[in-house]
This record gives sequence, C-alpha cells and structure tokens, in this order.
Amino acid sequence: MLKNRIIPCLDVKNGRVVKGINFVDLKDAGDPVEQAKIYSDGGADEICFLDITASNENRDTIYDVVEKTSKKCFVPLTVGGGVRSVEDINKLLNCGADKVSINTAAVENPKVVAESSKKFGSQCIVVAIDAKKNEDKWEVFTHGGRNNSGIDALEYAEQMEKNGAGELLVTSMDRDGTQVGYDIDLMSKISSKVNIPVIASGGVGNLDHLVDGIKLGKASAVLAASIFHYGKHSVKEAKDYLASKGIPVRI
Amino acid sequence: MNVTIVDYKSGNISSVINSFKEVAKDKVTIEVTSDLNKIKSSDKVVLPGQGSFKSCVDALNEIKGLTDTLNEFAINYKKPLLGICVGLQMFADYGYEEIETKGLGWISGKVSKIDNQNGKYKLPHIGWNQINIVKDSKIFKDIENNSHMYFVHSYEFVPNDKKVISATTDYSSNIVCSVEKENIFGTQFHPEKSDRIGLKIIDNFISL
Repeated sequence: MLKNRIIPCLDVKNGRVVKGINFVDLKDAGDPVEQAKIYSDGGADEICFLDITASNENRDTIYDVVEKTSKKCFVPLTVGGGVRSVEDINKLLNCGADKVSINTAAVENPKVVAESSKKFGSQCIVVAIDAKKNEDKWEVFTHGGRNNSGIDALEYAEQMEKNGAGELLVTSMDRDGTQVGYDIDLMSKISSKVNIPVIASGGVGNLDHLVDGIKLGKASAVLAASIFHYGKHSVKEAKDYLASKGIPVRI
Repeated sequence: MNVTIVDYKSGNISSVINSFKEVAKDKVTIEVTSDLNKIKSSDKVVLPGQGSFKSCVDALNEIKGLTDTLNEFAINYKKPLLGICVGLQMFADYGYEEIETKGLGWISGKVSKIDNQNGKYKLPHIGWNQINIVKDSKIFKDIENNSHMYFVHSYEFVPNDKKVISATTDYSSNIVCSVEKENIFGTQFHPEKSDRIGLKIIDNFISL
C-alpha cells in the first residue's frame, strides 16, 4: 500500500537555514546539509528546500547546498524558490535535486512546465501554487505571495496537470504561518479536481493538522516547516501519531 | 572491480551516481560514461532511466553502437546489469508510452500504463510503497519482505514469463517492481532514493 508522505521543509537564504531545527547538539544550526541529514535519518519521506535568497548575486549558493545534501541524503530532495527557466531546472537536477518546484515562472510562462516535463520527465516537476481565498474562490499569487495573478486556483491546478506537472504543492496563503491548520476546503477541492498527487502546505501548528490534511484534505503528502523546527515535534513523532490515527505511513 | 553507470543523456542521474559512490567508497570504481569500450570492459553495468519509455529508447539509439554494446554485455557475455525505473522497463519488447516503441527485448513482455481505475488511484504512483518479495533475488540479500521503497512512475512492466518477477508492489493491482533473469536485474523503484535499505540493494548488486 502506498504511504502518505511527511515532508519537512527548510527555508534557505544565502546558503544558510533561516528557520530550522534548534538542537543543542547541532554543530552548525545554519547548515542546511546537516539539518537535512537529521530529517532523513529521522524518517522524513522527502526533504524540501525553499530558497528565499533575495539578491541575484547569492543565487548560486543553493546549487552548492543541493550538491552537498544529495551526497549525504538518500531520500528524494525537492528544491524550489526562484526557479525561472528550463536551464535553472537543469542546473538544480544536475546538482542532485530529484524534483524542482516552480511557482511564479509557471504562472508567467506555463510553457516552462510543459517544456521541462517533456525534457526531464513529469516525475521531477512540481508546480507550487500559492492560493488565497477571495470570496467564493481562490486566486493564485506569485512572487512569494506579493502579486495577485487573479487566476482561479482550481482551474490553474487542472491546467498545470495538463501541462505535465507530476505533483502540485498547494500552499494556503491565508493559513501560512498561522499554525491554525491547512485550508482543508482548498486542499480537498484541488485534490478532487486533479489526478496527480497533491502536497498540502501552509498552516500546520500541531500533529492533528497533518491528520486533517490527509484525511479531510485528501492530500497524498503533507509538508510542514515550523512544527519540526526548534524540536517541537520530530518526524518520527509525527509518523507515529499519523499511524495511530489509521493513516498509512512508512515507519 | 568497476561498475559503469551508463550516461546516455536522458534524465537526471546524479542521484544514481551519488548513491553508487556512497556505497562503493574506495572498494569499487564507479564510472559514468557512454564510452562503448569502457562499458565493454566493465564488470557490471547500471542502466538508469527517467522520463518516458520513448525518450529513453530514443536517447539510447542516439549513441551509435550503444544498444549493440549493451546487448553484447548482457546477453552474450552475461555480465550483471541493473536497470532502474525506465532502465528496467526498456528490458521489454515494447513500450506503449506516447507511442508504441520497441524496447531492448531482453525480457519478453510489454510496458503499459497503470490502471488508475477511473481516477481512484492517482498517477504517477509517487512515494513509498512496500515490496512483496516473491522469489529469492541476489539483490534482495538481507532485505526484509515488505520493506519500503521509493517509487515514481505511471507505467508498469508486464513480463510474459512470471518466473522472472522477484517482487511486486500493491498499487491498483500487483505491479511488478523487481525482476531477475539470470544476470539481468531490474527495479521499478529507485534504490538510490530509498534510504539505507535502498543503498543495501545497491551494495548487493555491487557485491555480486
């Protein structure tokens, strides 16, 4: 039986982890490689890096991080943030990323999704959708949530599946950072609309939220950042909890 | 001893390279090449594969003499070869992704789309699934039955002779996820991404 996945996400800026696990025995709390290794040793089903480097000069730092991590972690590694072109995707894959998530570029130029999935296979193309509720629908935002594209998120999800996305990483901007739980309505609507796996993101504050994301939101995988940081919960605790609620997980 | 990972410019093989180098350490030389002479002289060959069946077969054929060299290696000299994902699928006679495409024909059978039962099962089949070991395979030494492996695929290999099947996984139906026929081994899952247990399979292959 296919297991639901738990994916810890690390924000990386200029090659350093911004929010991360705060363990006392960690030699270098800002080292993404060391943090990713802790997660994979702890049973993370995949690792996600979100590059939030703002300046262009420091963009290349992520390649070095990915290269080092992929030599230490032998679970799938997804990298997103600032991915603009087929060439960016190629570079990340060559450095050892297994999947690349595309956000703004997919909205501005959907051809990037079609071209890259044809070139590298849809298995490594994740389209990240940042959605925000506006009355009775959700709209897709770009540029780290700063710009409203006005595009309907449900229609967009369907279009990205057609374009060749292998998975959708759906983040509720209303919930992101709030720790009140995923936007279940958004997750379940998108998951029912498409035939590719949906990864739920944005808003996790406790382990029950992960359960809800899978059971009610119908997500194949749940991504979370802050609950795994600062040692609040370990990946293992999360998996044990999900298992106790009857959710199939890899233990 | 040396193990060659065939680099035929199709898809992303850095994870395969990293995992083999991690396991090999200094005991075994890992070559990554499409050089026919190097492939011929190596002790073992790994055939990775990502993307569609057709794109992988096309990429193999793009390198002049590569298919013949692989045939010679695996069929005439019967040296150990491991196919991963589409690398395994290409053992078949035919694949049906995009358009009917001729495979290597090493293990009789076809590659067709997983039946998603009208949307009940999402495709690609992505994530960790348990393998059901149905026969002793040398690459499963010290691998427990029902171990989890990482999968990413929408197509499945259906061999004619069921005796070649060494493991299946349950997704929509019992999907063939590992085969062994004499010196030819294949996994539909990605041992290079299946954590320590996957590295053990790679170690088993290297240690054959």
